[in-house]
Amino acid sequence: MLTSENFETQTNPFGPASKVKLSTLGPGAEAQVAAVGGNGPISRRLQEMGVVPGVSIRVVKTAPFGDPFEVRLLGYSLAMRKNEAELVEVFA
Amino acid sequence: MDGPSHSNSLTVALAGNPNAGKTTLFNYLTGLKQKVANYPGVTVESRSGMWKAGDHAFTVIDLPGLYSIETTSIDESIARDVIEGKIGSISRPDVVVAVVDSTNLERNLYLVTQLFEFDVPVVVALTMIDVFEKRKHAIDIRRMSEMLGVPVVAVNAADDRGEDELSAAVSQAGGSVRKHLKLVDGSDNENARIFARYSFISSVVQETVRHGDREAHRLSEKIDKILTHRFFGLVVLVAVLLVVFQTIFTWASVPMDLLEKGFGTLGDLVRAELPAGILSDLIVDGIIAGVGGVLIFLPQILLLFLFISILEDTGYMARAAFMLDKLMSRVGLHGKAFLPLMSSFACAIPGIMATRTIENSRDRFATIMIAPLMSCSARLPVYTLMIGAFFAGQTVFGFLSVAAVLMLAMYVLGIAVAIAVAFVLKRTILKAEPAPFIMELPPYRLPKIRTIFQNMLTRAWLFVKRAGTVILAISIVLWALMYFPRSAEVQSPKSQVASSADAGSESSQLQNSYAGKLGHAIEPIIQPLGFDWKIGVALIASFAAREVLVSTLSIIYNVGKDENEESETLIEAVRDAKTPAGNPVWTPLTALSLMVFFVLAMQCMSTVATVRRETNSWRWPIFMVGYMTVLAYVGAFITYQGGKLLGFE
Repeated sequence: MLTSENFETQTNPFGPASKVKLSTLGPGAEAQVAAVGGNGPISRRLQEMGVVPGVSIRVVKTAPFGDPFEVRLLGYSLAMRKNEAELVEVFA
Repeated sequence: MDGPSHSNSLTVALAGNPNAGKTTLFNYLTGLKQKVANYPGVTVESRSGMWKAGDHAFTVIDLPGLYSIETTSIDESIARDVIEGKIGSISRPDVVVAVVDSTNLERNLYLVTQLFEFDVPVVVALTMIDVFEKRKHAIDIRRMSEMLGVPVVAVNAADDRGEDELSAAVSQAGGSVRKHLKLVDGSDNENARIFARYSFISSVVQETVRHGDREAHRLSEKIDKILTHRFFGLVVLVAVLLVVFQTIFTWASVPMDLLEKGFGTLGDLVRAELPAGILSDLIVDGIIAGVGGVLIFLPQILLLFLFISILEDTGYMARAAFMLDKLMSRVGLHGKAFLPLMSSFACAIPGIMATRTIENSRDRFATIMIAPLMSCSARLPVYTLMIGAFFAGQTVFGFLSVAAVLMLAMYVLGIAVAIAVAFVLKRTILKAEPAPFIMELPPYRLPKIRTIFQNMLTRAWLFVKRAGTVILAISIVLWALMYFPRSAEVQSPKSQVASSADAGSESSQLQNSYAGKLGHAIEPIIQPLGFDWKIGVALIASFAAREVLVSTLSIIYNVGKDENEESETLIEAVRDAKTPAGNPVWTPLTALSLMVFFVLAMQCMSTVATVRRETNSWRWPIFMVGYMTVLAYVGAFITYQGGKLLGFE
């Protein structure tokens, strides 16, 4: 079982891969969550919805007016705004 | 709450994510024996019902749908309070049944791992197992139960699967206080807690689930290729809204006409059977005309709720929010405000209640403040009456019906003013950082007919109940205000034919009645809007509820009192009404002015009461009534005076 100690070491299990913000990815891109920054309600909600380190994410599409956008993770679809996705760092 | 004495009287709470099939399971277990009430102090609906399975009988509480039990939305804190037994009127649940969508295991199990942190036995009910298996996925339920440390049961309402197993698991779990797995070591680090739960879930899913057709979910993505397409998505959205409104305006008219005729016949029947006098007048002119005048709108309300339920249950409503968030955020509103505002076209009350999903309270209050500007179904009778009386059968450009254009214009006016008000509010008293838009787009699903009908019936029942209580009471009070004091020269109103030519003693009765005096008192204020004192009487009455205007006018103009074979309709009565000088009371411009007033005015006691409860203060409902009344007066003033200046009448 994981505890907060080995949680820290779990955040970067992929060694040196390029880390980018989720908001920079376009439709079709696939990535793995590296870390979710911030500690406000947005960060918490993202993590509770399953955006936690290690989870695979695929960007599906952008809404008609350019924002928000849709990602697929853990077998379901989640919508979020670009500025919210800036909190999420991914290994692309 | 005392511990359970025997397993026959357990209280069971259903907890689960939105779209996990919780409502379907609840309906399946409890059948039609449900009680809908509100949690004390808030308008979150609390549904409960009895579930009888073999020898067992359980009280089932349906908690609001939630993703997490730790965050601060109202739904989530209520769920928490119920589970902890902190809500006085509801006994603390003996067992929590966690409803888990098997096609979306990881995220659904997150709530389950949170439930482990409460001292309450948990039973996991896996739903959507039929869809899951159709995709050739397999799940080792026994192993999952071992790993989670709680019973796991697959249930499927469609083929009666799992009910007995679930009831056995629940009654067994109810006696014991089980020590749950401890996934979180009391760490203050929130990220670490969330991560620990998801890591555990990941290991459970990895060990118990074998995936078959991984591409099955792509059906929803394919549908979305069109439905959330940059261009076609918006075309479809507009088309959907057009179909909804076209339907409630045209198809609904058939049953509505039938109902109207029915109430007319009923009135004639009562008048023929009862001896002439005050009782007969009360029943026919007060009760049947008043309540009947409102009940005929039931078909429209049913249809609108039918559409809203379908749009919600299929998953389309979430896509609409997704597509419109950018636009909504331009005026400072959240994409999630789309659903409450859309619902407000049926009735502002469920709409305002639906704002609970908006987490930021300033965003939420701004949405609540503008929700009553959406033309609700209670305004429809007013629009229909005015348009029917003065604009029916006319066309512009040879093919567009004036009636349809005007009807659309009223809706557009409400929306435009709502946008302006939201814009101002969000830049002044409700200034705030934009709230997050982190929202599930649930897979498209065929709506469950049973859930939709249950939803429709609940709404319809609330409407009928209102017609039978509030509107009945108002009808009787109004009738009495108009019936008393009796003026000497009127012997029996029954002998009067309420035609325009012979309205003398009828209107002198009304003029000298209490209502007439009230109407006269406000006449100077409403005259610039084109309204006379009779409209004033109806206007005062309609501040209780908008549709009361129609029933009040029916009473004022004695509709249904005609002794001729063909009974006079309200539309004809309005058209024929004359001032003492012999001019028509109503002109197309008066009708337009009244419609504009109704678009903008806050005339609904129930909405005021709902806003009071939802905002937990009197400040907001008073502000709402105030600003809307000013807007309505100004709007109607500009319409009437402006129209006169332009030479209309």
